[in-house]
Amino acid sequence: MPARDAVTPPPLHRATLDNGLRVVVAPDTGRSAAPVVGVAVYYDVGFRSEPEGRTGFAHLFEHLMFQGSARVGKMEHPRLVQGAGGTMNGSTHPDFTNYFQVVPSNALELTLWLEADRMRSPAVTDENLANQVAVVQNEIRVNVMNRPYGGFPWILLPPVAFDSFANAHNGYGDFSELESSSVADAEDFFRRFYAPGNAVLAIAGDTDPEAALALVLKHFGDIPARRTPKRPSFAEPPLTAARRAEHLDPMATAPAVAIGWRAPDPAKQRQLHLATVVLAELLAEGDASRLIQRLVLRDRSAISVEAYLGTFGDPFEQRDPALLTVTAVHPSAVPVDTVLAAIQDEVDRIARDGVPADELARVHARLRAQLLRQVDQVLARTLQLAMFEQQHGRGELVWELPDLLTAVTPDDVRAAAARLAADSASVLVLQAGAAA
Amino acid sequence: MSPKRSALRSAALPPRPALGPAPKIAVPTVAERTLGSGLRVAAVRRRGVPLVEIRLRVPFAGTAKSHLARSAVLGESFFTGTASHDAQQLAEAIQGLGGSLGASTDADRLAVGGSALAENLRPLLELLASTVTGNTYPADEVAGERDRVAEEVAIARTTPSALADEAVSHRLFGRHPYGRDLPTVTEVAAVTAGSLRTLHAQQVSPVGALLVIVGDVAPTRALDLAAQTFADWTAHARTPVTLPPVPAFVPGGIALVDRPGSVQTSLRVVAPAPPRDDPSYAALSLVNTVFAGYFSSRLVANIREDKGYTYSPHAGIMHADLASYLAVTADVATEVTAPALVETRYEMAKIAAAPVTQDELDAAGRYLVGTLALSTASQAGLASTLARLLDAGFDATWLRSHPAALGRVTVDSAHEAAQRWLAPAAAGTVLVGDAERIRRSVSALDTVDVVQVN
Repeated sequence: MPARDAVTPPPLHRATLDNGLRVVVAPDTGRSAAPVVGVAVYYDVGFRSEPEGRTGFAHLFEHLMFQGSARVGKMEHPRLVQGAGGTMNGSTHPDFTNYFQVVPSNALELTLWLEADRMRSPAVTDENLANQVAVVQNEIRVNVMNRPYGGFPWILLPPVAFDSFANAHNGYGDFSELESSSVADAEDFFRRFYAPGNAVLAIAGDTDPEAALALVLKHFGDIPARRTPKRPSFAEPPLTAARRAEHLDPMATAPAVAIGWRAPDPAKQRQLHLATVVLAELLAEGDASRLIQRLVLRDRSAISVEAYLGTFGDPFEQRDPALLTVTAVHPSAVPVDTVLAAIQDEVDRIARDGVPADELARVHARLRAQLLRQVDQVLARTLQLAMFEQQHGRGELVWELPDLLTAVTPDDVRAAAARLAADSASVLVLQAGAAA
Repeated sequence: MSPKRSALRSAALPPRPALGPAPKIAVPTVAERTLGSGLRVAAVRRRGVPLVEIRLRVPFAGTAKSHLARSAVLGESFFTGTASHDAQQLAEAIQGLGGSLGASTDADRLAVGGSALAENLRPLLELLASTVTGNTYPADEVAGERDRVAEEVAIARTTPSALADEAVSHRLFGRHPYGRDLPTVTEVAAVTAGSLRTLHAQQVSPVGALLVIVGDVAPTRALDLAAQTFADWTAHARTPVTLPPVPAFVPGGIALVDRPGSVQTSLRVVAPAPPRDDPSYAALSLVNTVFAGYFSSRLVANIREDKGYTYSPHAGIMHADLASYLAVTADVATEVTAPALVETRYEMAKIAAAPVTQDELDAAGRYLVGTLALSTASQAGLASTLARLLDAGFDATWLRSHPAALGRVTVDSAHEAAQRWLAPAAAGTVLVGDAERIRRSVSALDTVDVVQVN
């Protein structure tokens, strides 16, 4: 029997064009849906695929995709989308780069035309490249260099936890490597990774699926097929000993620590991966969670605690290897080893004693509600649809996930916790340079 | 590929599609009831997912110097104890509803936001009502929250965006309560549980308060549940505190906050703006959008897409109960601080001096109408938008009347609004950056006062 709070997934409509582009459409079925539609294009290349000596290039290239294309001038893409009443953006992740719009439903075809034009032939010039290198450098200044806890832990922890260039390097990139990038690099990157067969196009919201697929064919159909790159493995051998590094943050007033454990492979250890998602929620989502109760509210050894899977906190968007990360910002008066010991103690307690059924039921309820809340937003729904279709081959997971996570048992959670041993942890200690 | 083939191929490509007529935006039907206590309740049925969103807004202004720190700690301590539940029991109860509940405060009000599975609306409201009517502020819990707020305040004080916000508030409102967002660590350290109990008794009152409920729940049922669960919130009825009027804004000058070693300067240009019911508001909204209100704006084209000085320049209009203002925001590389300020002022001067084009106005209009529709497309978005609108004295028909007002703005009325509100001579400048590296160059542009953030 379905849960009382189940949602009916819309029937998904799919097509694969001759050039290899995969398309998935999720029309609204709701009775009071808004007249808006989301469009997302996911290219199966992220910063883990960028070449050595070109750190930050996947992200820089994302910026270049907004600089115009064969029939679209500089700034014309944002002007047309926003001028139709919509919003747009893009983002670069470890394993994919996405481009997305949410528009009133009358602008669907215009949006598809714009995405098709840049999938066919982006226009990169020396001038636009130099301009966007400067813009990206300012993005890095504002998000990393000029603020406390900049890059903590997403840039700082991977070089502790991983050895390969792909997994360890800084996806925002080195300033000098950004500056030495050329138009030829961009053309090469586009040719290798932006083939239609390496992309998924998702459409969700107020749309007729047959009409939407016809428009996709009309605008993307004649983009020439190109060789699709082989999806690489980024696997690394498991850690055999604990690792630890320190980083001095001159602007931080309170020290912090991040612990990374290798997470289960979502493709090969699916149930354990789902259990680790539930475990992260149980550890640090909401004031009732184990680590917030223990460290923040009871011991007061931490100011804030977070736990999540994947570099940017989406447990499903990253292929193996990825980390389960626990971070804590803590008062200077509390030694970092006290914080680490308390976190490990709570994890070990779950591995040893398991989780009471009533606690797990509360965690399930909260997870379920938060996932539904995401599904209610057309942009989040579109992005998740594209991500699940591309990374897991099943867009339906957007709607199936609440039930899958609710099916995680106390034993599953215990097994997930048992993997988090102190001797396989990578620890990054952030020292507070501005501590009083 | 030969040029000929290329030309043939592009000729075959479909031309840029024209936009069809924009879809109609449905204005939600709001059911309302004002309880005997004065609490106003509004409910909207929005299906989609089986959830419900609630927003409670309570007038919470204060004139005492201690008010800022006390209200910050009160917000953080709002769910730490009632007569029947301790902090952990409250947290577990909320979690069990598939819920979340959080409180925050600003200079005008206490705001609580929450959500839960729709079937749990009653227990969610019961929980919230129990804290509103029966918070005990246990001394030990308050001490923990107080220390945490103090640490967070210390972090904010090394964060450029928070420092800039603080400097902007002070530049706009001086010694008025609106002039500060961040308490000092010392003020926070002085907060006691007793002072929170007093503050709660004095100000957490249903008079002037608003509760909004949006989700997969029948509106009459939502109103009935609110009436039942909040029935006891009467003993605390008090007239809300009114703040004095904000001081007149004196334009001109650069207020420079020194942040040694800063690799960027947080540049802010601020000016008074009209409230949402002012006849020039729609026109200013449009012309500000053309200036710097969206990515397709003139300022983004200039200082980002042409010159690369910054990542995300933006201008927005902010509303508090007693004042509205416009703020231009750009975090620029330290070495280009002066030229970035010159270009920002140039774009303001240009739009004040010469009218925008009809095309610019039309695009900005479609953007504002489209994003307004987007902001109400989800349960959470509709709840937040509606709570702000109703609390500011509008009703849901604003969602229709504002787009209509935008549609009536002409190139001339937009120009008038720009002259009045966007002229650089009407604005003030705040810079947070490395004074040693930027002071000399910006001194060539304006008088510079080095100011401290309290």
